[in-house]
Amino acid sequence: MTERQSTTRRLVRRVSWEVILALLLLLAIAGGGVINSEFLTTDNWSNLLANFVEIALMALPLSLIVIAGEIDLSVASILGLSSSLLGVLCQTKVPMPLAIILCLLLGALCGLLNGFLIVRFRLPSLAVTIGTLAVFRGFAFILLGDQAVADFPPEYSAFGIGVIPYTFIPQPFALFLILAIVFWVILHRSTVGRSLYAIGGNPTAALFSGIQLYRLKVLLFSCSGAVSALAGIVYTFRFSSARADNGTGFELSAIAAVFLGGVAVQGGSGTITGVVFSLLLIGIVNNVLTLADVANEILRIVTGTLLIASILVPNLIASARARLGSIQLRRRTVQNDHLPLAG
Amino acid sequence: MSTPTIELVDIRKAFGSTNVLDGVSLSLRPGEVHSLVGENGAGKSTLVKIMAGVHLPDGGIVKVNGRDIFLRSTAQAQQAGVSVIYQEPSLFRDLSVAENVFMHRQPKTAYGWIDYAAMHRSVAEHLKQLGVSLRPDDPVLGLSIADQQMVEIIKALTFEAKVLIMDEPTAALSVEEVKRLFQVVERLRFKGVALLFVSHRLEEVFAISHHITIMRDGKVVGSGAIADWTTQEVIRKMVGRSLDALYPKEKVDLGDVVLRVRDLRRSGAFRDISFDVRRGEIVALAGLVGAGRSEVARSIFGIDPLNGGVVAIGETTLTNHTPQIAIKAGIGFVPEDRQQQGLVMEMTTLRNATLTVLRQLQHFGLVSRRKERATAASWTKRMQLKGHIDEPANVLSGGNQQKVVLAKWLATQPKLLIVDEPTRGVDVGAKSEVHRTLSQLAKEGMAILMISSELPEVIGMADRVLVMHEGKLTAELSRSEATEENIMFAATGHKGRIGDNLKTESAVRPAR
Amino acid sequence: MNQPNNNGERTPWFRALVRSRESTLVLLIVTLAVTTDLLNPRFLSPQSLKDLMLNVSIMALLVLGQTIIILMRQIDLSISSIVGITAFLSGTLFVSHPGISDLVVILIAVASGLALGAVNAALVAWGNIPALITTLGTLYIFRGADYAWVHGRQVNAVNIPTSFLAIGTSSFLGIPWLTWIVLALLLVFSVGLRQYRTGREFYAIGSNRAAAILAGINVGRQIAIGFLISGAIAGLAGALWLARFGTVDATAAEGIELTVITSTVVGGVAITGGVGSVLGAVLGALLLSVFNSALVFLRVPSFWQQAFQGAMLLLAIAVDAFLAHRHALRSRVRWSHV
Repeated sequence: MTERQSTTRRLVRRVSWEVILALLLLLAIAGGGVINSEFLTTDNWSNLLANFVEIALMALPLSLIVIAGEIDLSVASILGLSSSLLGVLCQTKVPMPLAIILCLLLGALCGLLNGFLIVRFRLPSLAVTIGTLAVFRGFAFILLGDQAVADFPPEYSAFGIGVIPYTFIPQPFALFLILAIVFWVILHRSTVGRSLYAIGGNPTAALFSGIQLYRLKVLLFSCSGAVSALAGIVYTFRFSSARADNGTGFELSAIAAVFLGGVAVQGGSGTITGVVFSLLLIGIVNNVLTLADVANEILRIVTGTLLIASILVPNLIASARARLGSIQLRRRTVQNDHLPLAG
Repeated sequence: MSTPTIELVDIRKAFGSTNVLDGVSLSLRPGEVHSLVGENGAGKSTLVKIMAGVHLPDGGIVKVNGRDIFLRSTAQAQQAGVSVIYQEPSLFRDLSVAENVFMHRQPKTAYGWIDYAAMHRSVAEHLKQLGVSLRPDDPVLGLSIADQQMVEIIKALTFEAKVLIMDEPTAALSVEEVKRLFQVVERLRFKGVALLFVSHRLEEVFAISHHITIMRDGKVVGSGAIADWTTQEVIRKMVGRSLDALYPKEKVDLGDVVLRVRDLRRSGAFRDISFDVRRGEIVALAGLVGAGRSEVARSIFGIDPLNGGVVAIGETTLTNHTPQIAIKAGIGFVPEDRQQQGLVMEMTTLRNATLTVLRQLQHFGLVSRRKERATAASWTKRMQLKGHIDEPANVLSGGNQQKVVLAKWLATQPKLLIVDEPTRGVDVGAKSEVHRTLSQLAKEGMAILMISSELPEVIGMADRVLVMHEGKLTAELSRSEATEENIMFAATGHKGRIGDNLKTESAVRPAR
Repeated sequence: MNQPNNNGERTPWFRALVRSRESTLVLLIVTLAVTTDLLNPRFLSPQSLKDLMLNVSIMALLVLGQTIIILMRQIDLSISSIVGITAFLSGTLFVSHPGISDLVVILIAVASGLALGAVNAALVAWGNIPALITTLGTLYIFRGADYAWVHGRQVNAVNIPTSFLAIGTSSFLGIPWLTWIVLALLLVFSVGLRQYRTGREFYAIGSNRAAAILAGINVGRQIAIGFLISGAIAGLAGALWLARFGTVDATAAEGIELTVITSTVVGGVAITGGVGSVLGAVLGALLLSVFNSALVFLRVPSFWQQAFQGAMLLLAIAVDAFLAHRHALRSRVRWSHV
């Protein structure tokens, strides 16, 4: 599309995407309350907020990665690997704090491998993370096989299912909120965040401006790995179960949340606020449907539709505007070779 | 006198308010080689694009074989027999020579299959006729630019091209490859093709053409049989004009050497580059497009690696450095292409202008938005950029965009500022503002290395002019010696000065 | 087979052979098979070979469609969902219309796959939505629809006519019918990609999209065709899935899209497009299958499968990138005398 078109699209996003999401959120909450009286209870909200915590956690660094023009599909596998390691360490009676730290380190290392392959060898991140998705999940199976480890020290499982005293807010969700704030600060208030937008918007210009592209990207992937490992730990405690196949398929939900949250496919724009809203939206819709006894599977349809709509609708708006403004519609030409398969 | 295959009569073309072509006429006859020369911005490429069907002229007539025609698309131009070979061929790297030639028009057998035998035969025949030792099934991947050009030429021939336009065809070729190209040109002539050769290499122009047309500022300032011209006369016509009243550089006392480069070398790009730049000095790096000047700048700044040589800023020697190190050492780099290299177009002016100095705006990693805004505001104000600070860069005019890029680099308070084509694509008003700023900066003690292809700018602004040609320095001219003719002389590869009684050396003589 | 290097010399045929991805794959497959057989002689027994061919066939079928997609630098993640839906659809047809002809069921399955592929085609080619996002979305949507439709039920082999199940299990001249089908389609696709303009245009689009447009190729239409083919192939694969396994529930074929893509890329179809062959892709699928089978026969726990698969993909990507990079370096020289 022409520069004006993609700018219009971005402006549409920046100015109103978060607003649209917020409106949809309100709509969903209102709708939920109307459909089912149980919806607005604290118990339900406790469940709701806890249910998507892992995906939400992974979506945070993933947003930064996509803004920087890359992608990471291996997040859920790192979750599973971390869960497996936690199980194994617990079985061998390693003290929990140490076990947790080791899992986080493992996650960071996995991310480092991703970063190294992508940055040092200039390999396309989509393909690489499809590969590491399999490799990391494979390692999870090698570690834990078919087993499930269920014996976790009660204080940790309690964290997984507990709420903050005197509120209905699940502790894992509180953890997510804290991280969301941290990532918000990083993206919107720090030098790193400024650099990421530049890297995603125009990597050449970023390089010419003295930004350490490669170092930042490797750091990003490491961070994503560590947070995915954290998500794995949370998941394990929440369900008191460490299994190699934990979190299978979560990466798609995380990606869907990121794009739905307004992060541009080719990078360069997007906000944490938008992603948090979209996570909440997906969580609420999920919850409402569950309460209404609608099959789980319908959620998949909804998530998929939301994902496609998040790109299609702004596209349609932009091309309608362009036509009205009689700007020449040019066919999309090759762009963004740093994100292959961009269409 | 045969009918011209293609004839342009009194062509006029304007883009916006800029008059690019102002009554240009040109005829190409079958079997003749016609050269089109002129400095950058003379209007040559627009003329070529009109013949190629990319643009329609605002005024004037295009005639093919005597008939008026409107070439509304490249496909139409190709049908009419006009083909253009560009400097950088765009081929399907993963496919074979023959497939590249015939993509989307492959000959078919009676059953509807692609007839590879016929395809290969046809391409092999053309290859033989042109004397090129490639095979039809050779993969394009890995072919040199010279060979890729051959593929393009054959593609044009299969379109029954009657007019072949070659845009700077020898720019990336070795001496051997140029010889081969000229042999091919001979054979094309023999087939009755009319050839237009757009080139800066005057020895080649004189070696190969029958006719020459010289353009300047959108007009034809000289034309005729090549035998009636000499190199010196051509150069004089290319550049002769009254210099516009540009803001001339003020005389400043020069200080210590800030940048010292010795024996810089980068394989395939430049060699033996040595020079100094002092405080308060503006040194211009002049030459034709593709001479290697931007490559030198990029290597000094650390974007591309060097294969040899030393770069020193003040006391610091830079080796294997990155842009970040260069910035810390005090170098700023305003790149050639502001949209692709200088700005992040979707980001606001505010963000763009502070991208280089994030480190100074932060406290524990967090950006102070107050400082950010203040920094951007002060430097853009210095550049006379009014308002616009929260708008994305892509809504700004070219001149304003350039000011943002300058602001961004001035914010780093460099000791040495490298500017690559500082006023390309910038309107006259903004141009003089940029020049004024650069002069002021020099006065304040900054050392400036300015790359420019615009001779008036070079002459008006520079204390010294270094001229490059095909990767080497061919001249160093003081302010008084720097006339347009001397610069162009050196830029086209000649040593000495234009007034000297030198025989023009010709590197290539085709077999006639 | 002679390929010139930059000096215009011809490299010997055996060098060219070695450089070809297909031969490398054959070599790897043969080495792997022979080595495994040496360690466990039952590996190359007729029964296990038959199982191998059955296992490979559906994968090999799916890579045919994915090859065209990836050649154009696109991706189709939704194939697993399409297979799932059409597999269940085929089964349901047998249940609700007893006596229905096997061929009709297969045709309906293909048509349904085509229709689902049309959704992808429309969104990518007209909606201008990147293929990654589109097929990610339809992966979800189609699978969700499948779950909703299946609603916990399943199709059992008892409801399927034996003639149909025979397609998935019996052989002809020692080779399973499934494999014959795949071989036939492999031939069709090979010829189509090599001998027809449309086929060559797939390559052109992936190799240099801008040049393809300049050459007059209708890129949007080609992309749409690619997704239609991919969908139709997945539809056929669904019917054959039913024939092979007999029992189908809502989870049928879940997750196989990544294996298909891995097979295709390992088979030499570069993820960046423009390069590769269907033969290579099928060999890639065969290599992965032989590898998995070998692991079983060597008593390596199946848990290692996924890790190795991922490693193979990474290796293939790295090799492709290396090959592409080498040539890019050569064309960066500006002045040869400098």
